[in-house]
Amino acid sequence: MAIHRPQEMSLFDGSIIRPAVISAFAKLDPRDLVRNPVMFTTGVVAVLSSVLFVRDVSIGGEYTAVVGQIAAWLWFTVLFANFAEAVAEGRGKAQAESLRKTKTETAAKKVAAVDASSHKSVPATSLRAGDMVVCELGDTIPSDGEVIAGIATIDESAITGESAPVIRESGGDRSAVTGGTRVVSDRIVVRITANPGESFLDRMIALVEGAKRQKTPNEIALTILLVGLTLVFLIVCATLPAFASYSGTVIPVVFLIALLVTLIPTTIGGLLSAIGIAGMDRLVRFNVISKSGRAVEAAGDIDVLLLDKTGTITLGARQAAEFIALPNVNERDLAEAALLSSLDDETPEGKSIVVLAKMRFNFAESTLGKAATFIPFSAHTRMSGVNVETASGLVEIRKGATDSVTGYVAAKEGKTPGGVPKELVQAVERVAKAGGTPLVVARDNRLLGVIYLKDIVKPGIRERFATLRQMGIRTVMITGDNPLTAAAIAAEAGVDDFLAEATPENKLELIRKEQQGGRLVAMCGDGSNDAPALAQADVGVAMNTGTQAAREASNMVDLESDPTKLIEIVMIGKQLLMSRGSLTTFSIANDIAKYFAIIPAMFMVSYPQLQALNVMHLASPQSAILSAIIFNALIIIALIPLALKGVKCKPTSAEVLLRRNIVVYGLGGILVPFIGIKAIDLLVAALHLA
Amino acid sequence: MNAAGILQIVVYFAVLTAGAIPLGAYMARIYSGERTWLDPVLGPFERAIYKVCCVKPDQEQHWTVYAFSALMFSVVGLLLMYAVMRLQAMLPLNPAGQAAVPPDLAFNTAISFTTNTNWQNYGGESTMAYLTQMLGMTVKNFTSAATGMAVLVALVRGFARRQSKTVGNFYVDAVRSILYILLPLAVVVTLALVWQGMPQSFDAYTEATTLEGVKQVIAQGPVASQVAIKHLGTNGGGFFNANSAHPFENPTALSNLIEMAGELLISAGLVFAFGRMIGDKRQGRALYIAMALMLVVGITVCYWAEAAGNPLVQAMGVDVASSDLAPGGNMEGKEVRFGIANSAIFAAATTGTSTGAVNAMHDSFTPIGGMVPLVNMMLGEVIFGGVGCGLHGMIVFVIVAVFIAGLMVGRTPEYLGKKMETREVKLAVLCILIFPLSILGFGAVAMVLPAGLAGMSAAGPHGLSEVLYAYTSATANNGSAFGGLSGNTLFYNTTLAAAMLIGRFLIIVPTLAIAGSLAAKKIVPPSAGTFPTHGSLFIGLLIAVIVVIGGLTFFPVLALGPIVEHFALAAGTLF
Repeated sequence: MAIHRPQEMSLFDGSIIRPAVISAFAKLDPRDLVRNPVMFTTGVVAVLSSVLFVRDVSIGGEYTAVVGQIAAWLWFTVLFANFAEAVAEGRGKAQAESLRKTKTETAAKKVAAVDASSHKSVPATSLRAGDMVVCELGDTIPSDGEVIAGIATIDESAITGESAPVIRESGGDRSAVTGGTRVVSDRIVVRITANPGESFLDRMIALVEGAKRQKTPNEIALTILLVGLTLVFLIVCATLPAFASYSGTVIPVVFLIALLVTLIPTTIGGLLSAIGIAGMDRLVRFNVISKSGRAVEAAGDIDVLLLDKTGTITLGARQAAEFIALPNVNERDLAEAALLSSLDDETPEGKSIVVLAKMRFNFAESTLGKAATFIPFSAHTRMSGVNVETASGLVEIRKGATDSVTGYVAAKEGKTPGGVPKELVQAVERVAKAGGTPLVVARDNRLLGVIYLKDIVKPGIRERFATLRQMGIRTVMITGDNPLTAAAIAAEAGVDDFLAEATPENKLELIRKEQQGGRLVAMCGDGSNDAPALAQADVGVAMNTGTQAAREASNMVDLESDPTKLIEIVMIGKQLLMSRGSLTTFSIANDIAKYFAIIPAMFMVSYPQLQALNVMHLASPQSAILSAIIFNALIIIALIPLALKGVKCKPTSAEVLLRRNIVVYGLGGILVPFIGIKAIDLLVAALHLA
Repeated sequence: MNAAGILQIVVYFAVLTAGAIPLGAYMARIYSGERTWLDPVLGPFERAIYKVCCVKPDQEQHWTVYAFSALMFSVVGLLLMYAVMRLQAMLPLNPAGQAAVPPDLAFNTAISFTTNTNWQNYGGESTMAYLTQMLGMTVKNFTSAATGMAVLVALVRGFARRQSKTVGNFYVDAVRSILYILLPLAVVVTLALVWQGMPQSFDAYTEATTLEGVKQVIAQGPVASQVAIKHLGTNGGGFFNANSAHPFENPTALSNLIEMAGELLISAGLVFAFGRMIGDKRQGRALYIAMALMLVVGITVCYWAEAAGNPLVQAMGVDVASSDLAPGGNMEGKEVRFGIANSAIFAAATTGTSTGAVNAMHDSFTPIGGMVPLVNMMLGEVIFGGVGCGLHGMIVFVIVAVFIAGLMVGRTPEYLGKKMETREVKLAVLCILIFPLSILGFGAVAMVLPAGLAGMSAAGPHGLSEVLYAYTSATANNGSAFGGLSGNTLFYNTTLAAAMLIGRFLIIVPTLAIAGSLAAKKIVPPSAGTFPTHGSLFIGLLIAVIVVIGGLTFFPVLALGPIVEHFALAAGTLF
């Protein structure tokens, strides 16, 4: 399974910047602005200072030029914040655009019943949940649905970017189809499961565009903290004139405004929504769709990860490890039969049988005669094999599940199935106990032996689990194997725990138990029987190949159906919170330097002694205030790339992360503005702006 | 600064820590309802109280009921105390024949003692009858302290319990606080103080003729019993006007040590009790270290500033160096029997905790020395703070610190296994808003109204400091006065009373709401993904959050008060 690395988009792509600039102005609409209390406050005082500027221009004021510049920079502060949000949305829109292309106005072939012979052509957008449509070769599937009859190959590259077509069939765990994908073989009847505007594609577009984005719980909590800080500084600035007038100073209103805006957490306030949108965007670029932002945040909190063994911990394909011949059979004969039956078998298991046979017995390249017909594996027969024309006539070789092959042999002999040789049973059991899958081989009516297909633990998975453990996340392997086998594989893979002989019931019970203990559980699954567990888990990731039931029950869908991606999802969730926390710390730490710039400047006239606090030696009171407000606006622009990319997030323990982020964003947040404000002040003084 | 002074600071912390740890263990048992060695003696009393008051001790309360009980307990106490003050002229035990307390002063005083502030716009010996001192002041010292302790215990239960609807029973917590903790300690301390020479009698004031032949009235009364609880309960309302600077209220160096240790003992002990009650002693220790570090810095700065003295005095050729014969530094407004170090410790301890007793005049401190008590209170009265209130205030800051830190490690923030979500952040922010709102709001009003300006005794920044100090002290429920401000006016009596009420109850209610919200949550077991809240990193972060929030809020006014006064003093200007 190919893992798509997220396609990198240049941070400031021209096609995103231009519309973002326009959008930054459009977002000045107070109805939009009020969603962000910190920026709304900034906007209100920007209006106020503009009015003051107009007044100063008309009746003449002491600092008219400075007032004008402060007003301008206040507007820039709001615009920069809007711009950050617009850029984040723009990046999402670019993705949505490419998605939307697949959402062409298709005509759907609506049918009245599954077996109806005629269909009615209707626009795809008119389909409601419960409608049935027929999709044939070349058709685009009109909306999300479930295959209720037939089997077909589907090209899902429009959604997943995966070029290899996938099989979808009625019943079983591969019955879900997504609107916008294309049928490349056969014919299926699909029952539509989504109403217009609710389909997967619609949701995905809405998600990346961020238009209808709901604030997540943590974002709301942080917003409350920011509003609290804003109120504190409002109180500080509103009461300051009283204390100042007692002290014999009249503070120009615009200076108070400047103090207020530099103190309220505009940096994080301006970037908060961009961080949220960018987080969702990162997830989508990993080809994972989350139904809510809440789930992404929850992913960062995960304590327990339930992972299916097959495909996640072990390679989905098993590898041939050994040939076990029955007592009266030569091992070489078994190997040869196995080889012949697998030469045309393109599955990884088949290939591994060929490799093992050649390695053990040095079979020549062209063992297979020309007149061989390969019988592919089918779900009905649960066998594959080959029919070879030889001098002595047609030889039929079959390999497959024990009961299928023994049944086949019995049928050949004209007997009723049953009476499996004791030796075969023993061999099959031995393989199963060792954690492998037995594959019985027969030639014509004779059972030859068993191929031991071994589960191969994915390379590097052990290290990933070690990393997770470091981050405080416990991994639990879920498998249908017996406890002995499960323990062997669990030990090899390095998981913390395992659930053997898993059933939907005990999976659900395990999740409930962990949750009772206060832990947050994530799991991924694809089958309908996973649906209850997916719904119960705090973060349930359904595979896109899974059933509609599983996809409905989960709160995320992985379009590439790669279960190991849970680990990336956890990291994205963590990074989202970390970006918020780090920028909040940075924003608050910035205030210290701003006080040292503005307070001595404000009280210069009545208390020249306070110049001792002017540690940056800023040129004049006006330039000090102007520099602080310019720094405050520019820092938003400077931090947009960080907000969009997210802060660096290495999987490590919380203590190490905290120390690092406190040093970088806490101490850094204290120091940076001292340097920045001083530099701007030098420039302001040199250009005689104040 | 000299070796003896530093040694006194070290001894002080040694005594405090040695007393607080076992007391913490004992209090944890009291609040968990476990049996102690005092049960055979006090158990019958406890049960009798419940019976008389119709309290069902096993009936747990939802946080709203708990909060209502706490409020009612305070309101009833407030009314009783008001009545006693207004009626004292008609009541017995009034040998000095004190008249009824005027309504606005009685109102201010009743609120002051109910809120554990003990701001005093009156002089004890010239206003209050013995009965008022005992039935009003002393009783309130017990009940207001117990209210604070009960609120804290409810909050601690919020952390300790999982998925619980209730946070305990207020009446049980209050009764057990008084009966098993405050009363026994008060008895011991009272006896120790009497031993040191503190009066404890109903005798009338003594008239004496001085050497100069002048008649002098020497006030006395049931002093020791009130002073003991005044410190243990972090109340601070003096029996005499001069508070602990009065020789009868603080006769010796040893009584001074007892009073200083007493005012921190229970607050510090509760921090250890907290660790035990949540089943992780390291958490209590971490908060203790954070509080102690801030106190040490405060004491050191204050001691340094006072020992350095006034540069103008030095410029006049006065020897301000300390020697065996002279304390040196700034001795204005300090008692000679205590000296600079013990005045600095007392000032920092009394304002770090919400006691508010004084053994020196803060008004006479150097600008920086006087800023220490002011800053201690502005930081939210969390440097040990009032009994109960100090720690629950600290936990509010912990919630904010944990919220920011938790985000930085990429998880929904949690403390002691409880997730800090929208509701907790909202309530914590509410608590934090109270201080700027009340201090700066009332301060600003006083700065512009003639009634406010009239109260100041000094001009310029020092006058500003006086007013700022008053509202800070009232809001922080501290009660210490900078001195200088004439507070017994209608304006100050009313606004200070309002500040005290706001600082007490607008913090208690959201705190109990946090308790209720936390109690209902599950407890997340710790993992490598949760950052430890008992290490030095978190202690540093917590202190930083407290200092930065307090600093950012009050820096501008401090700049206009003590800071500018300091620079002006260095430049030779006095106010």
